Amino acid sequence: MDRRLFLQALTGTACSLAAHPLMTTVTLAASDGSAPLGDHRLVVVILRGGMDGLDLVRPSGDPLLAGYRPTLSAPQGPDLTGYFSLNPMLAGLLPLWQAGQLGFVHATSTPYRDHRSHFDGQDILEAGTGLDLPDSTVRDGWLNRMLQSVPGLRSQTAFAIGADSAPVLQGPAPVSNWQPDVRLDLSPQSRLLLDHIYHDDALFREAATEAVTLTERMDLARMGGAVQPTVDKGRLAETDRLTDFAAQRLRDDTRIAAFSLNGWDTHRNQSGGSALPLQRLERVVLRLADQLGPQVWDKTLLLAMTEFGRTVAENGTKGTDHGTGGAMLMAGGALRGGRVMGRWPGLDEAALYQRRDLMPTSDVRAWAAWAMRGMYGFDRTLLESSIFPGLVMGSDPGLLA
Amino acid sequence: MTQDKTTAAFRFGYGLPLPDQAPAEPASMLAALRGPDVMAATYPGPRLADLNDTLARADTLLQTWRRAEAAEARVARQDYRQAIAQLEGVTLLAAKTTIARALDAPDGFRERLVQFWADHFTTVARARRDSPLPATLVEEAIRPHLTDRFADMLKAVIQHPAMLRYLDQSRSIGPRSRIGKRQNKGLNENLARELLELHTVGSGYAQDDVTQMAELLTGLTVGKSGTTFDARRAEPGPETILGTTYAGDKLEPVLKALDDLAEHPATAAHLARKLAVHFVADQPNPDLVQALTDAWRSSGGDLLAVAESLLTHPAAWSRIQEKARQPFDFTVAALRALGLDGADVMRMADDVFRQLILQPMAAMGQPWQRAPGPDGWPEAAEVWITPEAMAVRITWAMEMPQQLVTPLPDPAALMTRSLGSHLGERLAWAVPRSESAREAVGLVLASPEFNRR
Repeated sequence: MDRRLFLQALTGTACSLAAHPLMTTVTLAASDGSAPLGDHRLVVVILRGGMDGLDLVRPSGDPLLAGYRPTLSAPQGPDLTGYFSLNPMLAGLLPLWQAGQLGFVHATSTPYRDHRSHFDGQDILEAGTGLDLPDSTVRDGWLNRMLQSVPGLRSQTAFAIGADSAPVLQGPAPVSNWQPDVRLDLSPQSRLLLDHIYHDDALFREAATEAVTLTERMDLARMGGAVQPTVDKGRLAETDRLTDFAAQRLRDDTRIAAFSLNGWDTHRNQSGGSALPLQRLERVVLRLADQLGPQVWDKTLLLAMTEFGRTVAENGTKGTDHGTGGAMLMAGGALRGGRVMGRWPGLDEAALYQRRDLMPTSDVRAWAAWAMRGMYGFDRTLLESSIFPGLVMGSDPGLLA
Repeated sequence: MTQDKTTAAFRFGYGLPLPDQAPAEPASMLAALRGPDVMAATYPGPRLADLNDTLARADTLLQTWRRAEAAEARVARQDYRQAIAQLEGVTLLAAKTTIARALDAPDGFRERLVQFWADHFTTVARARRDSPLPATLVEEAIRPHLTDRFADMLKAVIQHPAMLRYLDQSRSIGPRSRIGKRQNKGLNENLARELLELHTVGSGYAQDDVTQMAELLTGLTVGKSGTTFDARRAEPGPETILGTTYAGDKLEPVLKALDDLAEHPATAAHLARKLAVHFVADQPNPDLVQALTDAWRSSGGDLLAVAESLLTHPAAWSRIQEKARQPFDFTVAALRALGLDGADVMRMADDVFRQLILQPMAAMGQPWQRAPGPDGWPEAAEVWITPEAMAVRITWAMEMPQQLVTPLPDPAALMTRSLGSHLGERLAWAVPRSESAREAVGLVLASPEFNRR
């Protein structure tokens, strides 16, 4: 939840509240001095709400598209492959595509089927389990399971900022959470007494200890009194702030960053409603490339994934409802891009999943697994058993440049 | 079974000290719940009927602003902003009202139930004009039905404009209906899906049920003076949901389907567990869940019978504080501990109220009436007790009391009256060792026993 929009709403300075929460979390995992993760940087962006893959990368070469999506397919975007074209809102990414630093996977999804619930879908995406319902015994996320498998990680190796902690990085491996604009200012005596009263309650003890130590370590604007809401200048300001924060850490010793971009649940008036989330996505990619600089960007792979795609046909309110197969965006200097990957199932009604959704032809987890294998050399058995239980990775798509 | 006052206040109310003559054991708590809703009369809440004129005016002005020539548009823009300010003022007043009621209510359990159901039926304003709508839904569709059948509350909520607008029902049109064919418009299944997944059965339905539910709901929409059923938008033909067929393009079959969903056995199990999780523990006692499920099923979803089953179950009186107080609960409990009452909050200047109460609540992770989605706020303690949120809670505890109360209350007295039998040895040891009253009060309000329930 983005509190700035809310605060501005109450103080009467907000733009539209339809511009819903943008970012929830940035999660960062750093290597210690011995650099067990090497030089590669992995950035995972969870697109919450069900990103419409068919609108992101459009099969414009198929005459059926205009029939399914009379409103959505109307404004033409730049051509990518002669068959697929890019959403016009993302035209700014074209140079990356041409440089081979942008690619897509089409018709991919988690193993989640049929219920089309955001809440279960996101749980499965983040938990990375092979079940099609959330497995309550696998409570930690796949990134965390990956961290646990890296030897030599010490406490505070990973930390996160944001309004909630992201399940992708939750679990027994050491993770801490922080939002950059809240600061705690305490006298030494109060600190000692707080330590004392939290001693027997692990939940409070750990949260409070991290709150105190992290604030001291970070060079952040002080809060006056209690809470000083950041004044949002423009709708992309917060996206920029968090991207910059992540980039700064990634230039340093952070190797993995994960965060969410919200606002993809476009049930109505999608061409209007998806403009801001698309702008944010484009901005994150471009700004990250810019802020990281060529040397680090060359070692970086960004994966943007979502809980499910949306219906192939527009609904009655110029939007789309929850579907199944979707798309994934990849970017970075480490990527062998300029491709739309994945087997394309086609749009014939008989080729659709339940005659309604794009048929998934790959498991979104397999792409993440190949990325992790390529970047950090993870053992295939480890990936298919403990990080993504039950996954069959299939053949190597050769993601890295 | 032992029922102590501290547990009653923490688990089923907004904390200690309890207001005068507040009931603290099951029979009298239930009697109070059956009795008159005193707080609704003391601090009246917003009614949509009183806002319809302003909403209509705002909509007309917005049209004029967009379409008219420059001079006329300028005037319209000014008037539009005034109308929006008026509507947002209602929202702010409603927030104060909710806190005032929670502070003064002799029956805190009623206020807690209102919050539970308001969260179960979460709505969020999707445009500035809609800002007071969530509060009107709570006032009109939830509060009056706390002791009725669940079906009554469900029908009131699903027909309320706040819900119809939030989950897009007001835009959904049967593709083969008269308007659908003429304007080439169609379904939006947002409300239909959440009605099944979140509001009622929770599982055991398929995509077909969602689509059929969406078709059945067509016709239900929001007009100028509120909710209407417009047969010209209704998808013709019967719809089958969870094996039952509903025929007729009018409101009655919709209401019949809502009745059936409310009484479905899966709804009983879903909501029994949700109540136990919310009030007692994130991993609730299975016996308690079963007792609630049984009470729900045997009474046909009579919410009073369910409340009685909750209050009289031994597991509901466990002394262990397993849950975290959510930021709203924390804030109310802190104001109560500091000795503020409802009148103090109602008197508070708007900017002070925002700065001392609403903004910190948002920073603790719970912006007022802006839950992240239709599934409402999460329950797990770990979600609320994060480093970030603790930093805000601790800072609030240390800094805000002195801005709310001068002079600060005696810390030792505040500690005993606000914690009762939950007061632990570590806190009792630490409070007298603080360097100042400010920090001592801060320790009490930041303590685990105050932040849990």
